[in-house]
Amino acid sequence: MFRWLVWRDIILAWRRRADVLATLFFFIIVVSLFPLGIGPEPQLLRTIAPGVVWVAALLASMLALGRLFGNDYQDGTLEQLMLTRQPLYVVVLAKVLAQWLVSEIPLVLMAPVLGLQFGLSQNTLAVMTVSLLLGTPVLSLIGSIGAALTLGLRAANVLVALLVLPLYIPVLIFGAGAIEATVNGTEPQSYLLLLGAMLVLTVVFAPWATAAALRISVE
Amino acid sequence: MEAVNLGCVRGSRRLFTGLNFTVSPGELIEIRGPNGSGKSSLLRIVCGLATPAEGELRWNGKKTATLREEYFAELAYLGHQSCVKDELTAAENLRIAGGVSGHPLNDAETHGLLTQVGLENQRHLPARSLSAGQRRRLAMAQFLASKAKLWLLDEILTSLDDAGVRLSRQLLTEHLSRGGMAMVATHQDLNVTSGAVKRIELAT
Repeated sequence: MFRWLVWRDIILAWRRRADVLATLFFFIIVVSLFPLGIGPEPQLLRTIAPGVVWVAALLASMLALGRLFGNDYQDGTLEQLMLTRQPLYVVVLAKVLAQWLVSEIPLVLMAPVLGLQFGLSQNTLAVMTVSLLLGTPVLSLIGSIGAALTLGLRAANVLVALLVLPLYIPVLIFGAGAIEATVNGTEPQSYLLLLGAMLVLTVVFAPWATAAALRISVE
Repeated sequence: MEAVNLGCVRGSRRLFTGLNFTVSPGELIEIRGPNGSGKSSLLRIVCGLATPAEGELRWNGKKTATLREEYFAELAYLGHQSCVKDELTAAENLRIAGGVSGHPLNDAETHGLLTQVGLENQRHLPARSLSAGQRRRLAMAQFLASKAKLWLLDEILTSLDDAGVRLSRQLLTEHLSRGGMAMVATHQDLNVTSGAVKRIELAT
């Protein structure tokens, strides 16, 4: 059933790929605006690159949150998913995994290309990719709690931002920290390990919180 | 299935209270009542999407609130919404609904179910281009695919044509004669020809 659900969401995303592409292009444009605006100052660009890439990743992943449960809620399929023989935890995990594969993976793959605009070294680009690979699933998982809580509300998008962005801060600090450490020539391992720990923690607890929030929202 | 002392409150209004009923294999319960009397709320409580303000539901003597997924596996619920994905074709909708509910369908079964509800010629059309009645038929096919024992239907006859109404009666009759159970909120007579019919009248 887990496989069916992931497959379903991937097909649905493919049929509505404009939505997914919009998120990706948002990320690309936001990141590209900085080098264009600041001009050719390699030292400054290298300094701000970690923060810029991560902030753009946060905003892009937040844009995708409305789709996580919103469409299923509107056509009633979410209720059907809540009435299956699988625990809601599993349903949530499958949906978040599909969302991450569809919306975040393209972003992670695009990031090194964008990093070139900031004059980052190869080593830094590799660390940036790894940090995004570890950090973006945390964003999706934490975001799913906010998406479930604001389901069916008016102005849900603004509310999600207010709820979720503060919770994204630790990911931002350690994600950007890992890249910064490499730029400054120190070891990024400790930051990456912390990101990994956050990932483990959110995989265990976030779907559970999301499931509880969904039950409240649907009722 | 047994309901003990069910009560439901919506906002500040008490919709019903002290509701007791049982559903046994082969039985159909018709839920009647004017608009806003709590028919849909009752069905949502029975399927577990809403929690009752008071009372409890039991399945084979055990509380449904603790059984949860075990209970969900036995029931199928169809509310007012279409429960159909617009982006998928009729056949894809059905296969995915089957897979998600734990009863994967092969091509022949999918085709068989779609023929049963009269959508065999629309099977490769995206659900977006189906009419309201055809979506309802597709939702009924998904319903059949779930192989549930307890059917919970909210206003099944809306937007169905005469043939659709006959079809849903026939499906319900077959379900009851197989020993299935059903609760249906409706304004029209269902006229099923097998099984025992009970009636719950809700007043405002």
